[in-house]
Amino acid sequence: MQQEIEHAGVAAVNSGARASGELPLYAARKKVFPKRTEGNFRRFKWIVMAITLGIYYLTPWLRWDRGEHAPDQAILIDIANRRFYVFFIEIWPQEFFFVAGLLVMAGVGLFLITSVVGRAWCGYTCPQTVWTDLFLVVERFIEGDRNARIRLDKGPWTFDKLRKRVSKHILFILISVATGGAWIFYFADAPTLAYEFATLQAPFVAYGTVAVLTGTTYFLGAILREQVCIYMCPWPRIQAAMLDESSLVVTYNDWRGEPRTRGTKKAAADGRIAGDCVDCNACVAVCPTGIDIRDGQQMECITCALCIDACDNIMDKLGRERGLISYATLSDYSHNMREATDPDTGAIDPGRMRGADGKFDDHVRHFDWKIMARPRTLIYTFMWSMIGVGLLVALLARDRLEVNVQHDRNPVFVQLSDGGIRNGYTVKVLNMIPEPRVIFLSLEGLPGATMVVDGIDQPAGRSFAIPVEPDKLRALRVFVSQPPGYVEPGSADFSFVVEDKQSFELDVYDANFNAPEN
Amino acid sequence: MAGHENEIDQISGTETTGHEWDGIKELNTPLPRWWLWTFYATIIFSLVYVVLYPAIPLINGATQGVLGWSSRALLREEIAEAEAANADKLEAMRTLELSEIAADAELRQFAINAGNAAFKVNCVQCHGAGAAGSPGYPNLNDDEWIWGGDLEAIHLTIVHGIRYVNDDDSRISDMPAFGADELLAPDEISDTAWYVLSLSGQDADAAAAGRGETLYVDNCAACHGEAGEGVRDLGAPALNDAIWLYGGDHTQIVSQINAPSHGVMPGWQGRLADETVKALAVYVHALGGGE
Repeated sequence: MQQEIEHAGVAAVNSGARASGELPLYAARKKVFPKRTEGNFRRFKWIVMAITLGIYYLTPWLRWDRGEHAPDQAILIDIANRRFYVFFIEIWPQEFFFVAGLLVMAGVGLFLITSVVGRAWCGYTCPQTVWTDLFLVVERFIEGDRNARIRLDKGPWTFDKLRKRVSKHILFILISVATGGAWIFYFADAPTLAYEFATLQAPFVAYGTVAVLTGTTYFLGAILREQVCIYMCPWPRIQAAMLDESSLVVTYNDWRGEPRTRGTKKAAADGRIAGDCVDCNACVAVCPTGIDIRDGQQMECITCALCIDACDNIMDKLGRERGLISYATLSDYSHNMREATDPDTGAIDPGRMRGADGKFDDHVRHFDWKIMARPRTLIYTFMWSMIGVGLLVALLARDRLEVNVQHDRNPVFVQLSDGGIRNGYTVKVLNMIPEPRVIFLSLEGLPGATMVVDGIDQPAGRSFAIPVEPDKLRALRVFVSQPPGYVEPGSADFSFVVEDKQSFELDVYDANFNAPEN
Repeated sequence: MAGHENEIDQISGTETTGHEWDGIKELNTPLPRWWLWTFYATIIFSLVYVVLYPAIPLINGATQGVLGWSSRALLREEIAEAEAANADKLEAMRTLELSEIAADAELRQFAINAGNAAFKVNCVQCHGAGAAGSPGYPNLNDDEWIWGGDLEAIHLTIVHGIRYVNDDDSRISDMPAFGADELLAPDEISDTAWYVLSLSGQDADAAAAGRGETLYVDNCAACHGEAGEGVRDLGAPALNDAIWLYGGDHTQIVSQINAPSHGVMPGWQGRLADETVKALAVYVHALGGGE
């Protein structure tokens, strides 16, 4: 059966230095031509790609009715008006800690996922991975699979090559424009902006943003690809600290693969030990970062698991068990390596792992799902949930009517001609719902005192009806006066109370009133 | 640090730099070539920048760059833009009456902001940053106005000033120096001061105040009013309230009767633009004591 196995003539991109003795000061990039593969992980990646791209492109077009006084876009980052809309939640700038909290959750979630299944973020959901994958689909569609692309790349510049290269890059740029174009719709009403964008009426910043993001998408996704992961991204460096011996990572199981042997029949005839690896290099050919997983866990490996699919397909053809390359933990791998190593010679003998019937026996330790719940992951899960619960509680308990007060500092008080004392305040009433409201502002405490509100035509009193526009802050100049006879020397405490008499929402600001010390 | 022989690291197959710290050696991994190109690109960028923008310091200034860009020109441009954006409001400030400005909420706020800025430059030297004044310099936040506290009166005061010799329309009040010019004897001045104190309901020597009443009616009531309520047309301050420009105890009142201090406020007509003076009037009126 081995005759059906194609042996790819490919070496890992990061193995070059091993072969050549002479080192250049600067290394030319070794081109990577990832081969198409099929299998469970590839299918999973297609699904993830569809979901993530779908979320990215479609989210701004979701509508959400908030009444006539607020935008009807489900997710909108309205920077000009400093409002952040997420479905039924509207976030004001001072509530941005909700977003910060979500980012902290995303961070802890990333730690959790990484400690359980390694760099799953890198392999499946990172935009760099998703878009590179998308560009590879285009590349295969135009230029064909790995071997055809290599031929084309090495071949002379013919009309056919030119046509393929030009059409490929045009498609790349179209995808990049669509990517950059989708981004701006998160920041303005999507249908309006789309119309303005198409009719050249959109603001310059919209075109600038699309241009920059088109450029970054094209250069990072279509041109640089794996170079971004290897040279630019800090996460591969950090991952070493995030993984432990119980994390699942894409692993080449030396204990059943070595010694790798191309001619197994010949090896058997010679009486040599032969591992399951037939050295077909299928795992290297499909790797989007161009490495050889058989060299062990490496910084360049984004754990996309395509080598698992490639190898499993080979194993199926050979009639051997799948899983020569598999998700495995370091502790299981080390155990199996110890079991497979001949204590006398120190060489790997996969036969030690198999019973009399040729099947793997009890020597092989498989992944135990219970190891996922270990102190580290439990602590991450606990932290993640606690932040989530905290945010939820804060969200449910948050005020939609607030009052903030600034007491005039210069002068802190004014002597009035009748002997009374006046203090000035800037009172800010925040109507945080998209409906116009009449808010009652009143004084609590401070006997005898009355106030006047600049801009509200009403004689001095202790309670004022203040109309506030939907979703707006109204700043008021308020003068509070206390007549002679009531004035206490020094500072007196009182409160400004704002109240919506329909919804019974109430907020209180504890202020003070200053008078001369004597 | 060890020597510099070209050593190849066994595990990675990469040459080392020859540097060694506690047994840890540094690999001499080659940079990707596109990275080198990026470095060259930054050099080209800097050359282009030097040609286009001010860059190289010289003894007097610096090279100007072919684009002629300067941060001051940019600032001038931005100020001109801001002024152009406010042109209609400034025009309205020039042409409309004060009462019309005050009636338009948006224009009034514009005037208050402009007045606040102008006040900080031209008025704080005497009246203080919070317009709270100090002895001899009136507090503009309170409700006592020597020359009137409505918009027009405040505007008039700012335009022509008070006792300002360079403006013929400047209003003047000149209280006689009753002591220095020997119009009243010292004990008479003291008695008058006690009576003035009693006018505002403060503790006073009743016998002396009684003696002072006649003196007050004869010498003071003509300007300050029978009950000490003051006469704004004459710029005579009210004496029956809690606000004292030069202090409100007996000694301070005696001092003021004896040889009065008189403040001078400059007129701002011709020195500030008309719309700025109007803005100042609206601002001062809105401080809390406007009538």
